[in-house]
Amino acid sequence: MFLAGGLLAASLCFGAPTDPSQSTNIFKPLSTPAHSIFHLSMLVLAITGAIFAVVFSLLAYSVAKFRKRADDDGREPAQVYGSNQIELAWTVIPILIVLVLFLATARVIRSIQDAPQPPGAIEVTAIGHQFWWEFRYPALGVVTANELHVPVSNPANSTPTFLTLLSADTDHSFWVPRLAGKTDLIPNHPNHTWIDPQETGLYLGQCAQYCGTQHAKMLLRVYVDSPEQFKQWVEEQKKPAVGNDAVAEGRHIFETTACVNCHAVAGTVANGRFGPDLTHLMSRDTIASGVASNNRENLRAWIQSPDSIKPGSLMPAMQLTDHDLDALAAYLVTLR
Amino acid sequence: MSSETIALSTVGPDARPIGERLHDWVVTVDHKKLGILYILYALFFFVVGGVEALIMRIQLIVPHNHFVSPEVFNRMMTMHGTTMIFFMVMPVLFGFGTYLIPLMIGARDMAFPRLNAFSFWMTAFGGLLLYFSFIGGNGLYGAGTAPEVGWWAYAPLSSRAFSVGHSTDFWTLAVLATGVGSVGTGVNFIATILCMRCPGMTLGKMPLLAWLNLVVGGMVIFGISPLTAAQIMLCIDRYLGGHFFDTQAGGSAVLWMHFFWIFGHPEVYILVVPAFAFVSEIVPVFSRKPIFGYPIMVAATIAIGFISFSVWAHHMYTVGMSSYGNTFFVFTTMAIAVPTGIKIFNWLGTMWGGKIQLRVPMLFCIGFLFQFLIAGLTGIMLGATPFNWQLSGSYFVVAHFHYVIVGGIVFALFGAFYYWYPKMSGRMYNETLGKWHFWLFIIGFHLTFDFMHIPGILGMPRRIYTYEPGRGWETWNSIVTIGAFFQAAGILVFVVNLLWSLRKGEPAGNDPWDAWTLEWSTSSPPPDYDFAATPVVRSRRPLWDLKHPEDPDWKYE
Repeated sequence: MFLAGGLLAASLCFGAPTDPSQSTNIFKPLSTPAHSIFHLSMLVLAITGAIFAVVFSLLAYSVAKFRKRADDDGREPAQVYGSNQIELAWTVIPILIVLVLFLATARVIRSIQDAPQPPGAIEVTAIGHQFWWEFRYPALGVVTANELHVPVSNPANSTPTFLTLLSADTDHSFWVPRLAGKTDLIPNHPNHTWIDPQETGLYLGQCAQYCGTQHAKMLLRVYVDSPEQFKQWVEEQKKPAVGNDAVAEGRHIFETTACVNCHAVAGTVANGRFGPDLTHLMSRDTIASGVASNNRENLRAWIQSPDSIKPGSLMPAMQLTDHDLDALAAYLVTLR
Repeated sequence: MSSETIALSTVGPDARPIGERLHDWVVTVDHKKLGILYILYALFFFVVGGVEALIMRIQLIVPHNHFVSPEVFNRMMTMHGTTMIFFMVMPVLFGFGTYLIPLMIGARDMAFPRLNAFSFWMTAFGGLLLYFSFIGGNGLYGAGTAPEVGWWAYAPLSSRAFSVGHSTDFWTLAVLATGVGSVGTGVNFIATILCMRCPGMTLGKMPLLAWLNLVVGGMVIFGISPLTAAQIMLCIDRYLGGHFFDTQAGGSAVLWMHFFWIFGHPEVYILVVPAFAFVSEIVPVFSRKPIFGYPIMVAATIAIGFISFSVWAHHMYTVGMSSYGNTFFVFTTMAIAVPTGIKIFNWLGTMWGGKIQLRVPMLFCIGFLFQFLIAGLTGIMLGATPFNWQLSGSYFVVAHFHYVIVGGIVFALFGAFYYWYPKMSGRMYNETLGKWHFWLFIIGFHLTFDFMHIPGILGMPRRIYTYEPGRGWETWNSIVTIGAFFQAAGILVFVVNLLWSLRKGEPAGNDPWDAWTLEWSTSSPPPDYDFAATPVVRSRRPLWDLKHPEDPDWKYE
């Protein structure tokens, strides 16, 4: 109990981040899979806690009670070789406990893993790249990066999001602790997971399978929108990029340098797929997979020297003059 | 057994020049010398791996720290894991096994002394090969680099596309070479234990240490082979254009995981069963009682040996197996908790009603029991698939397996060091320094690994070189790092104790613990031939029989 209670208390009280939206605590679930896991966890913690209390007491008692005293007579204690009845007891009782744990676990595995996909579900394909996330909504015609938008789901009108997980390079793992357990993204091995967040807001996570140099900065943000917000977001994302003559110079630089080899801007010649789609770059709060906030200064710094923000990222330093850099940044901030 | 055995086996100091004596160590096929070589070699890598751990912990003491670059951190993480598993814990356990098994079964050497030497030198060569990557990883003209693929070297990160240069090849070849050595040791353990026992020592009268190492020998042969096969396949992929694990050409990343973990999980038991063996020898002697339930202890070990080969995919719950696959591995994983639990209960049964002497070896064994209990329980949490979907790949897992390996295996190992040091060196260790070591290390251990569970629950993944502030991870990481330095201080005291006692320790005599197994019937350190006359035994505790002729064990067994 004390192990379970201690861990729980510590993680719930002392571990609380100052800003609750920053929390990635697995014991603060807000989606069905995370909830089911939480309830199973409590059962497992209670059982293991009870075992701990019993065995620890026996150990502490043995050491305290049977330690050699200062006034010991020097004789050997009674030589006991074993007892079949006792052995039987401490074989059968653990078997029964294990059986309970097994059955409870098997039930939750099925309820999460084999949950049927309801007709109203949103389908998203998440593709892991060294060191960023690509999100595609095949039915809605939307492509975005690093910041996943999904509608809130309430029990009356369930709109869960079902994700197909793919990888473009090495293994990654999709983990947003308050929404669901993790599932790996493995090349040549499509995986599936689902979430149905019950409150709007921002949920944080990050890649949980070592994927190379910048595994640490492959952060993940899930925005849970109200149905109206989500609809509006989809409409915005479906539009091609807005042309703006005031930034024609920056656009020219973008389209005539290596940028287009990796990045796409819908409605222009840029159709690279190695890096994030930039059609609606400024609709995102962060760049470099959640590492820096998305503003003109950071964009400029990122293009000039990605290593200053995320050493080891696969974005090359573009070696532009200050003038070109300013023009390019000015173009990028119009991609709303 | 005659009393002559003891009288005949005293050895004088070696007066030959140092060059000749060192030459002896290099060409030796003596199980005692090879055992000590294994142990010293492992201690060296223990320090190296420990320094790598400290570098990682300094980097993680605060968020967004710049102590090392991500590349260096990832190398440290890979080298720490590989070093500690393959070049510290395995060799040190093989070292104790090689040293003790012949002495405990009344033999004069291992069944295959030259294979024994070959195995050690293969392992030693593997370690050198791994660390040569620091010089040769980028080619000699480059600055050198260690592998940065993690100690599992998951595909396709280990393919040529993602691991350029030779660092991953050094890793592969090092693990392959060591694997060959380990299989040799496994074969040798089995042959020695089955064929070299002294008259009267039936299988049912072997010390538990011999029994447990017999099981380890079997697990090594069947557990290491898939790993060696996988390394050969990886070499074929990297150099001969094979596509076993090359996902860009249709290979399978999951195949590597299966190969790795069908080695990886039995490996946990290959490491922990010898630790069980130490505890099964030390706890009875310091409780002054025979081991409780000897036949059940043997049966539980054999059960662990078999079941350990059916649980590997519990390392792969997040890989996307079917719900039926996941359920099967929950069953086997939960099942292995039963024989493991039985072992803990039997050790408690041994202590119950005894007269427990709290000497340093026993203190470490009590620490082992406490920590191994918790490690087992967090193991059950991780075994429950859905809970695992949250916990795997997080710091909770890192805390769990360090609880097993440090809290369990390393504690039992320190117990073994203090218990058999008098036999190996002929001198007693310093009890005060030993207690300092124990308390510094156990405080450091709990500061580090108790608090490491919490950031895992709070969503902190493992293998990240830095982390974001504001998620409630900062305090825990600072405490963890402070604990690591307490552990390092404990290790320092331990090393000082070993060196100091070698010259200044009290002479130990043949049997300083009033113990019961055959190694204590010969001199300390034992002569080259171990026993002047082959001992004959009638029970599991031959020296008890000798010391208590009025109440010998063989009347009851």
